[in-house]
Amino acid sequence: MAQDVKEDAILSVQHLTRRFGGIIANNDVSFDVRRGSITALIGPNGAGKTTVFNCITGFYTVSAGHIYLTRPEGQVEIGELLSRKITGGSYLVARAGIARTFQNIRLFKDMTVLENLLVAQHRKQNRNLFSGLLVTSDFSDKEEASLARAFEWLEIVNLSEDANRLAGELSYGRQRRLEIARAMCTDPAIICLDEPAAGLNPRETRELSELIRKLRNEHGVTVLLIEHDMGLVMEISEHIIVMDQGTVIDAGTPEHIRNSDVVIAAYLGTEVED
Amino acid sequence: MSTTQTSTIDFGHSLRDAVVAGILTMLVFSPITNFVLKQYSFTLDWFRSPFFLNGVAIGLIVAFVRFFVSVGAQTQTGQNFIQNFIKTEHGVEVEDEYADGGKRLRRILLWGGGLMAVFLALGLSGIIYRGAGIALVLVVLFVMIAMGVRIPKRRGKKHPWKGALPVLFLVGLLLPLLFFYFGWFGKSWINNLTLAMVYVLLGLGLNIVVGLAGLLDLGFVAFYAVGAYFLALGAEYLGIGFWSALFLAPLLAALCGGLLGFPVLKMHGDYLAIVTLGFGEIIRLVLVNWINFTGGPNGASVPAPTIFNLEFVRRARGDAVPFHDFFGLPYNSDYRYLFVYLLLFVISMIALRFFTQLRVMPIGRSWEALREDEIACRSLGINHVTVKLSAFMLGAMIGGLAGVFFATAQGFISPQSFNFFESVLILSIVVLGGMGSSIGVIIAAFTLTLLPEFLREFAGYRVLLFGLLMILMMIWRPNGLLRPKRSVFRKSEVA
Repeated sequence: MAQDVKEDAILSVQHLTRRFGGIIANNDVSFDVRRGSITALIGPNGAGKTTVFNCITGFYTVSAGHIYLTRPEGQVEIGELLSRKITGGSYLVARAGIARTFQNIRLFKDMTVLENLLVAQHRKQNRNLFSGLLVTSDFSDKEEASLARAFEWLEIVNLSEDANRLAGELSYGRQRRLEIARAMCTDPAIICLDEPAAGLNPRETRELSELIRKLRNEHGVTVLLIEHDMGLVMEISEHIIVMDQGTVIDAGTPEHIRNSDVVIAAYLGTEVED
Repeated sequence: MSTTQTSTIDFGHSLRDAVVAGILTMLVFSPITNFVLKQYSFTLDWFRSPFFLNGVAIGLIVAFVRFFVSVGAQTQTGQNFIQNFIKTEHGVEVEDEYADGGKRLRRILLWGGGLMAVFLALGLSGIIYRGAGIALVLVVLFVMIAMGVRIPKRRGKKHPWKGALPVLFLVGLLLPLLFFYFGWFGKSWINNLTLAMVYVLLGLGLNIVVGLAGLLDLGFVAFYAVGAYFLALGAEYLGIGFWSALFLAPLLAALCGGLLGFPVLKMHGDYLAIVTLGFGEIIRLVLVNWINFTGGPNGASVPAPTIFNLEFVRRARGDAVPFHDFFGLPYNSDYRYLFVYLLLFVISMIALRFFTQLRVMPIGRSWEALREDEIACRSLGINHVTVKLSAFMLGAMIGGLAGVFFATAQGFISPQSFNFFESVLILSIVVLGGMGSSIGVIIAAFTLTLLPEFLREFAGYRVLLFGLLMILMMIWRPNGLLRPKRSVFRKSEVA
């Protein structure tokens, strides 16, 4: 437990390396995500951002390095959760408090919007087979509580009128918002958004940035996002981490990044001097 | 076909359709049905009897039917029928059962009840052929369908179905007794109904695995065999009776389900199907080849069921008292079948209510979520291992239960009852009925098990008809008889 993780860091990635065969997707990546911040992870295509995300959320095991999640209840190491015998798996990472959305939306398309949110709250429901079959009062109480919470979240992401539609029928922008609401229903400490603005029009992007702020300000969740929309990134994030070719090349405030020579070089290339 | 209000029927078009269909049918079927193999040579027999083997007759029949279908499809009623019953578009319906205050359900109940009464009257008066048996089957079918309806809980609202269910349950339970008492129907019909209900149970079990959890299982018959053989062999070697088997066999089947489930957790779709297929065959081959233990192809006999230690046999062994002696009745082997039927009826009703309830429970939702997207499930903290295993185990449990009833009803089992075709039949019940739909399973199970009984004359063509039915279903209703429906939740009903 005595890891040298900074006091205010909720998530600490330390010397993360991930190899796929001979390809090194991430090489010695280290960064901290401050509790209660909105942090962005940017970089050109193929920089290894999504690989970092998959390592953080437990979908990949790291080849080397550690990822620590620190909550008031205690500290967990992601790699340890994954390598537990028999019971280990990425679902434990979600239970530890890391929620995520996906670059290509992954909703339960043939289920209703509400049911999508109910599935996310399965841990707060009465999962005993018999109390469910006999519909005990405890079962119905918890079911109602999770329904109420689902309606609450639908209101927050402005999807109330779609509550009983199939998730697959919704427009792209609405599906994105639903996915965020679903991730939030798991009561996370940190939510990882993988390109939340991809495929959204400018108005939807504005609404999204408001929503992300709201998540942090009103619901006390730390936000970590990957995004290519620089307008959005510069507007909402307090801390930006820039990756290129599998390593972190710079990190800092939006102003710092905007004027950073290495970042500009990574995105635009350098002039050839002869 | 321009849309004028007065829909004119194009008879010429229909006639053309009919001729084309007739010729095509003759071309396809004549080479099959008109050649007669005599020792080492073929002879051509154009007017072969029975008449439906006759190539000319087949062509004429099809042309005749095609003509009327073609004309019928051009009328307004025909158009409506096509629109209502042929649903090729993929999709799930979201339905609010309370939207019209339950009017629709009440109407179905009234109509269904009325229809049942008419059938009963017709059947008992002997107007329709094999009347009493058919009437009883239809009543039981209706009762079961009514039992399979979802009753979502709503605050401050009474579901119209709720009051009707106990009444229907009693009807389903007492009517066969009444029929039996008056001697309106005998052993064969009780047996048919029992078999149909065994398949309803099997369909429900497999529907958990395939329909809800989305895991294609081609070896489901293995669990059915485990249940049946547990009773037969348990009685032979361990002295286990019907009632203990009724409780223990599902547990053993669930254990087998877990054992199968564990190694295949990482597999999907086709790969999973092949492994489960292999598992089913392993069980069957063990049953066939372990002759010393299972009796091999000769099968094993199953003891008669008991009720409060009263055996359903003519002469009990030792100092046990047979059922009929205790009540001072003359011996009748039908008591045994009636008893099995009644118990099976009660248990399948319970299984039906449980199945419908499962869908609105966290575990049922997790299964469906897993079917939709496993990765998303993991990202929400759902342990996909336990969710998959629970689906396998609960499905296997119901399969094992069905096996016990099958064995008891038959009195004798052999590995032939548990071959691959049986797995296919159960899977077709699920697919025909509609994935995840309990009512669909009931209708499909009754159709596929009882239709062959009605069509005894066509027994040799059973598989052909079966294939035909499948093809038509895939063309007209690829999602099964009933589309999966999802419940509506209203905000006003949540505190």
